[in-house]
Amino acid sequence: MTDGATTAEAMGERRPARTIHPAWVRICHWINAIAILMMIGSGWQIYNASPLFDFVFPSEISLGGWLAGALLWHFAAMWLLVVNGIVYVALGIVTGRFRRKLLPITPRDLAADTKAALTFKLLHDDLSHYNAIQKLLYVGIILTGIVIVLSGVSIWKPVQVQELTAFFGGYDTARYVHFCAMATIVAFLVIHVTLALIVPRSLRAIVVGK
Amino acid sequence: MSRNKIIPGVDSRLLIKDAGRLMPDPMRRNFLRGAASLGALTMLTGCDIIDGPTAENVLRKISEFNDGVQAAIFQQNKLAPTYKEGDITRPFPFNAYYSEDEAPVVDPNTWKLEISGLVENKKPWTLDELHALPEVSQITRLVCVEGWSVIGSWQGAVLSDFLKRIGADTRAKYVWFKCAEGYTNTIDMPTALHPQTQMTFKFDNKLLPRAYGFPMRIRMPTKLGFKQPKYVVAMEVTNTDKGGYWEDQGYNWFSGL
Repeated sequence: MTDGATTAEAMGERRPARTIHPAWVRICHWINAIAILMMIGSGWQIYNASPLFDFVFPSEISLGGWLAGALLWHFAAMWLLVVNGIVYVALGIVTGRFRRKLLPITPRDLAADTKAALTFKLLHDDLSHYNAIQKLLYVGIILTGIVIVLSGVSIWKPVQVQELTAFFGGYDTARYVHFCAMATIVAFLVIHVTLALIVPRSLRAIVVGK
Repeated sequence: MSRNKIIPGVDSRLLIKDAGRLMPDPMRRNFLRGAASLGALTMLTGCDIIDGPTAENVLRKISEFNDGVQAAIFQQNKLAPTYKEGDITRPFPFNAYYSEDEAPVVDPNTWKLEISGLVENKKPWTLDELHALPEVSQITRLVCVEGWSVIGSWQGAVLSDFLKRIGADTRAKYVWFKCAEGYTNTIDMPTALHPQTQMTFKFDNKLLPRAYGFPMRIRMPTKLGFKQPKYVVAMEVTNTDKGGYWEDQGYNWFSGL
């Protein structure tokens, strides 16, 4: 048994490992991870009922079992995705985290970091600092998130929000926009998860914060 | 387009679903459960905290919540976009949970529209009487729950005018339709009173062909396709939600656009 003072001291000594991701970021991240997987899985099943392209998604990796089941999942998980997304974006703006972490993105930094990445010289020694490529990807995925929600709403309610549907090029075109946004998110996910596995410290940071 | 594969018949999954409907009730419930737990399993492999029935229950509750949200955002006087003659999808697809040669054949001489429920005048209507009602026309988009959409041209009488004419209590919650093939559907009163909700007798200015629901269909550009009754034989104004063919199988009840 250690006494209280010693424990506090011990903790104090470890404090230099500063928080990379505050609790709200980690909570929002993992809720979003669950929500987006449910949305993608059920979305694939919905897509299969009337494919836009010459392929369907294997039912083993889709969610809901059949169209009605998938629609139930999709229109349930959407609340989780949207409410969590609004909280995340609001806190990101209010706390100044977005401005501090994601801006500015300059073409010069981007060129330099791209070159470094392609020659495997891009370092990840400081996880609290994002390089220009990370900034671009994170800003891009937030914007894609907004597009997928708005295009989704526009095909869900093409009469009530017909102005929004028209903005996306009409009902049929909005379906393609929604699909492309999904494809963008899946591509991001592949890169995001791969890089997290290459740099396991980043995975720890998004779980325990440090 | 790959859509052609889908429209002539029914989505194969729906077909399997339909086979499920032919099963006795308890079996059908298990069938449904199977579908839902398949989803739950895909999502939560190796995790039995959320089993099939529990997940299905939660999903149904959220679907009911979504009915309320949709009713709240439904604007009774917001018109669905209308299109030009040239936008009409030709050929316009036949779509049902049965094949075209199984579609009901209705004898216009003996057919009558039965009226019941919270209505002053329950006299059945003959087709000639209905055809004499003031005609309106709309070219609107029909959106299928599967995702595809088509544009059609429909002519007929405004349902809300008809409801007033027969002395329906428009404070009632629902209008229920029964169809010749056994299909039924319940719609909310605000949708029944929407200016574009139509008792349709013609498609593209020609008498409604058998494929599109002769002698009468209900056309609602504010609802998904599966909620639109064809071959209508009876109409009831009611405060009881009597469900519907597809809703009873798990599709969202309101399904507004």
